[in-house]
Amino acid sequence: MENSARLQMRGVCKHFGATQALNNVNIEIKQGEVHALIGENGAGKSTLMKILSGAYSPDKGDIILEGKPFAPGNPLRARKSGIAMIYQELNLTPHLSAEENILLGEEPSRYGWIDSTRRHQLAQEAIDNLNYSHLPLEKPVHLLSLAEQQVIEIARASIGSAQLIIMDEPTSSLTNVDVANLFSIIKKLRNQGTSIIYISHFLEECQEIADRYTVLRDGVTVGNGSMSDVSFSELIHLMVGREINEIFPETPHTIGERVMEVNNLAGSRKPSCVNFSLHKGEIFGVAGLVGAGRTETVRACFGLDDVAEGRILIYGSDKTHSIPQKRLDDGVGFLSENRKEEGLMLNLNVAENLTTTNYCRFTRWGLIDIAKQHASAKQMIDRLDIKIHGLSQSVNELSGGNQQKISLGRLLHHNAEIYILDEPTRGIDIASKSEIYKIMGELAIEGKAVVFISSYLPELLGVCDTIGVMCRGVMQESRPKAEWTEDEILSVAIGQQADE
Amino acid sequence: MNAVKETKSSKYSTKYPILGPILGLVLVVLLFSKTRGFLTPNNITIILTQTVIVTIASLGMTKIIVSGGIDLSVGAVVAFTSVLGAHAVSANLPMALVIIIALIGGGLFGLINGTIIAGFKMNPFIVTLGIMGVARGASKWLGKNQTVNYDPELSINFLMNNPSQIGGYEIPLWIPPIGVVVALLMAVVISTVMNKTVFGRHIYAIGSNEATARLCGIRTEFTKLKVYIFAGLLYGLAGVMQLSRLQQGDPTVAIGLELDVIAAVVIGGASLSGGTGSIFGAVIGALIMATLRNGSDQVGWPNYAQEIIIGLVIVLAVGLDRLRQRQIN
Repeated sequence: MENSARLQMRGVCKHFGATQALNNVNIEIKQGEVHALIGENGAGKSTLMKILSGAYSPDKGDIILEGKPFAPGNPLRARKSGIAMIYQELNLTPHLSAEENILLGEEPSRYGWIDSTRRHQLAQEAIDNLNYSHLPLEKPVHLLSLAEQQVIEIARASIGSAQLIIMDEPTSSLTNVDVANLFSIIKKLRNQGTSIIYISHFLEECQEIADRYTVLRDGVTVGNGSMSDVSFSELIHLMVGREINEIFPETPHTIGERVMEVNNLAGSRKPSCVNFSLHKGEIFGVAGLVGAGRTETVRACFGLDDVAEGRILIYGSDKTHSIPQKRLDDGVGFLSENRKEEGLMLNLNVAENLTTTNYCRFTRWGLIDIAKQHASAKQMIDRLDIKIHGLSQSVNELSGGNQQKISLGRLLHHNAEIYILDEPTRGIDIASKSEIYKIMGELAIEGKAVVFISSYLPELLGVCDTIGVMCRGVMQESRPKAEWTEDEILSVAIGQQADE
Repeated sequence: MNAVKETKSSKYSTKYPILGPILGLVLVVLLFSKTRGFLTPNNITIILTQTVIVTIASLGMTKIIVSGGIDLSVGAVVAFTSVLGAHAVSANLPMALVIIIALIGGGLFGLINGTIIAGFKMNPFIVTLGIMGVARGASKWLGKNQTVNYDPELSINFLMNNPSQIGGYEIPLWIPPIGVVVALLMAVVISTVMNKTVFGRHIYAIGSNEATARLCGIRTEFTKLKVYIFAGLLYGLAGVMQLSRLQQGDPTVAIGLELDVIAAVVIGGASLSGGTGSIFGAVIGALIMATLRNGSDQVGWPNYAQEIIIGLVIVLAVGLDRLRQRQIN
């Protein structure tokens, strides 16, 4: 079965202006395989997939689909040819029902009138096939959980009888339980003969689910083969082009006096009861499933959400009811999990994003001294090693990792003492992650306090001093890192009466 | 797993979003129910007749707002088509042809709006603001800066005004003119189009998330173009009603109509960011405003009081919608 290649891309080149995004990239996807496409941010994965799904056209190179030359031209043609793409940011119409979303663009109809009985039947078949029969088809999708929304996307892909499904970072916002469900869906699709291109920064996941892999680095294919023949460190070496000896850098720091204390905190919906205390030089990790109330907890701590009950003490004084501006004055910095919508002002430039909470440093008579602002921003760029073209570049042109460093840089520039970081490493590449761990460690050395929310247990265990686990709105337990194992955290996070 | 706990009230308001506007209408009617002469068949017919133009225009506006757009040119296009229609009437064309000409005039402006907005990907607010000026100017030009008059006994006038008698039989005042029936009929037709056709559902999909719609192979630009043309045709029909009501083509008529129409759509539960809204909601919204105006007249409140009240109602309606959205999230 050597000729069972479903898709071959040979010698694909693509440039944007002076940047050569892809240079002679080769990839081959067989029938019924899960193929991991691995590479750092900016390695060219997205560009390659956008070519495949018809959003870009290549400068050079051949694409051969099912033995025939293939030039998608536009997303619709690609979809008609059996290629479906599931993007990292889910593509659903939130106001429409699950059923309508599954058949969007392919509604069964006669003379323009929708056959709703048939539509329901097709949608039901699609979710049955994914073992998600209980999913409420009539509900608007914005009422469904993230994992359920993803199932809808996959169901939509399978409706168009997609032979090749591209999944871009499908697990970046899922919890372990949902990931396990997703993997069983992927395996099911593979066994039915569907090919899957799996793009993820989580190499462990790639190793678990993929049959073969292709690694891209700086727009070039640097390796491919069977997943069983390659080790974790070899993959990292291929990806980064250098050894990352320690993903979690060693940063010895000492824990000092208490800076923040949260007592029996409850919000209007979530959380229902949270207790923890935070000390100088401590990195406090918060684990839990999506929906456990972690984000709501820290939003309440930063004054973004209302506090219904309980107290928040900062440096011993009661600051329970407060607004974000006062929090910043108290030296608390908050990094949102939602980088693009909340974390950054995407249209504004690098310098403005870095300095926005602390303009007073270079304002005189109410006017901003741009030279001083840029000098101040430049220091932060150098300190965090952020790759930019210039301080006037708008942040939406930067890669995810660099964007996240800008968000973090804003807190550093503000000179915050307490750093609340909600999923700071989501959707960024492994090298950037490692740098963010390093910055967190350095903060702890300087005696700052860090709250670190993450759904990725290895990084919590890698960088935190103390880890608290949340389940259903309650901070169940917090212990020093050494007293936790991954399994224990998971079982606390799922809770006793897990119904999933 | 169900992460969202729904309260009973939010469940109803998500499932039947039109309940809110209906409740609003009931409240407004109750407010004036004690007033003499308000809850009489004659007065109700007057209210319905006063709603016709706003209602028909709001059918088109609902489509546009649901698709995530906006159209400020309604009033000017209605004026243009009524002047156009008046010219056609003066030329002794049969009524059907008059209506078709007015529809084509409205559709033409829809085509212009749609082509610029969808084709050149320009902001609908600014485009239609500009076209508002163009249409207003064109109608003045067409009317040579004055009203276009014609024989007041012509049949087109019966769309909005019942004759006092037909063949010797007196027509009671409470019988609504044909225009009311046409408006209701159109509402039913357009509502069906919005809910049961691929075109209609694609309008919702585009308003909800345009990028997704495009990704799912929906021809978003073409669909938007169709939405604006469709709306333009409805404005043409509203223009015919305007002509029939005034019994002359007036190029300065319907100034500010766009605000009433947008308000009706929004009071009816549509969100200006697209994706939600309903035809019947918009009809109720138009009725709420007409009832408020009529009721205030009956009570004898001065005109400025009406304007303040209607303004507050619009803000209140949007506020309630916001509250509902908060419950959902």
